[in-house]
Amino acid sequence: MSYLVIKGLSARLKGIGVPILRDVSLSVNAGEVHGLVGESGAGKSMIGKAVLGILPTSIEITKGVIELDGIDLLSLPPNERRRRIGASAALIPQDPLTALNPSRRIGPQITDRLVDILHWPRARAEARALDLLAEVQIPDPARVMRSYPHELSGGMRQRILIASAFAAEPKLIVADEPTTALDVTVQKQILKLIADMQARHGTALLFVTHDLGVVSKVCGSLSVLYGGMVVERTPIREFFRSPAHSYSRALLAATPKYTDPDASLTPVPEAVISAVQAEVAAFDRVLQGAHHG
Amino acid sequence: MADARSQIRRRIGVKLWLSAGWLGLLTLAALLAPWIAPQDPLAQDLFLGRLPPAWVTGAEPGFHLGTDSLGRDVLSRILYGARIALLVAMVAGTITCLFGATLGLLAGFLRGWVDVVISRAIDIWMAFPPVLFSILLIAVMGPGLVSIIAAIVVIDWTRFARVVRAEAMSQGAMDYVASAQVSGRGRMSTMLTEILPNVLPTIVVLLTLEMGIAVIVEAILSFVNLSISTDDPTWGGMIGEGRSSIHQAWWVLVFPLVTLFLTVLAFSQLGEGLKDRFDPVLR
Repeated sequence: MSYLVIKGLSARLKGIGVPILRDVSLSVNAGEVHGLVGESGAGKSMIGKAVLGILPTSIEITKGVIELDGIDLLSLPPNERRRRIGASAALIPQDPLTALNPSRRIGPQITDRLVDILHWPRARAEARALDLLAEVQIPDPARVMRSYPHELSGGMRQRILIASAFAAEPKLIVADEPTTALDVTVQKQILKLIADMQARHGTALLFVTHDLGVVSKVCGSLSVLYGGMVVERTPIREFFRSPAHSYSRALLAATPKYTDPDASLTPVPEAVISAVQAEVAAFDRVLQGAHHG
Repeated sequence: MADARSQIRRRIGVKLWLSAGWLGLLTLAALLAPWIAPQDPLAQDLFLGRLPPAWVTGAEPGFHLGTDSLGRDVLSRILYGARIALLVAMVAGTITCLFGATLGLLAGFLRGWVDVVISRAIDIWMAFPPVLFSILLIAVMGPGLVSIIAAIVVIDWTRFARVVRAEAMSQGAMDYVASAQVSGRGRMSTMLTEILPNVLPTIVVLLTLEMGIAVIVEAILSFVNLSISTDDPTWGGMIGEGRSSIHQAWWVLVFPLVTLFLTVLAFSQLGEGLKDRFDPVLR
């Protein structure tokens, strides 16, 4: 049963009307990890933000459906939508350095949400936060709860953010490039931690990344994006065995090999890029035709 | 690292304590003026006109900082003047801060049409020459304490609104704000719990600076005789009167001027010190 279903989601920049997302459809089953891959500007983060209702104010959704547990979020009034998202979804942000409020202690930043919004008793929220910090392998959780963000390392902060995301037992977590801002040595640990936590809690995970290596480790299925369009949507094993789209093949070929660090990097060939761009342009023409017709 | 930090902290300490000490002393003087002032600040005695300060030959006992051309005691007038200076600083500074910072916070965080309206208002407001604007305002409202405070608020709220708006905008782009929104916090609640604590140090610095500016504005207005009634002693008024007799009695000009200077300096240094105090990295 799909927990998150996106159907025909289109979004554009307000004013000038530049398309950001073009008819995106995908679904994530309960407890499944779905990867969103693509280059910078492909719109992968925007899908995550649209799901969580935190699109920049300059971007508007023009059509489409985002269903969370069978309920269309976009048809709900804003307050009701925010409540529903808050109760069932969470975010693991990209940059742990800006994702914790620098002027507040760690403890309240995890527990406030449980107390203020989900109306847990404070003692229970604090116990829960301590448990979770221990679960993400933070030494001396009680001390960390009293610390300010600047007193902790990047890796520690990302662990805290992961703990915080799981705090209210959400059914869906959007991880927006959660390892990109981290040191390579820490990336692997954090990735493993996210995968472990996801498996243990049975959370559906929308994993936004540009790193196919990461996708192969944690995701069960993935969508490849280009220019705000899903060019391929497939189970992970199919993808690595025989990617269907020429762009996917090129992307896969462009991934650096750890087994051969001296090999020169393979760029995505021009021809592939112009082909996929033509596809996007053709889509826009159809859309415009539909508008005028 | 720890060493550099403690050194910074010590320097902050000196700055903070010196400025807080001066302002504390001044506040005390203002509160206790009726009891500690050696003379009646309004009592005129033409026989005692232009007496020099105590350490200059020709001084009279009881007039420590000399007298002005009407024989009024300079020290007593400075002490009484502190009442008006500080009252204006506190009240005008606080109202300006509350008004401007609220608008800036709303504009910077809510963006959209709220921002458009407030930003345009700021732009238009800043196109008025401030001193002329305040003189005009007092001319319309008539002189008095309320007019001065109103003038300062009306001129200076843009200072807060602009800076706080920019700060709120940059904080609003941080991931922790996105996280708060995802967790279901409303816009207003996010603004107060997530944005405000991070903008507060800036607001405090601006507030203390504004208090200094309010003291200056009050002095300027009383210098041109647009402050409260000319009977009440104000530093600006004293400086204005002292100017005409600078060659015969420099002390009438210099002492209120030095007091004014130290007070404005103390306010700005207090702001600096408090900002560093607030900084969680240095704390």
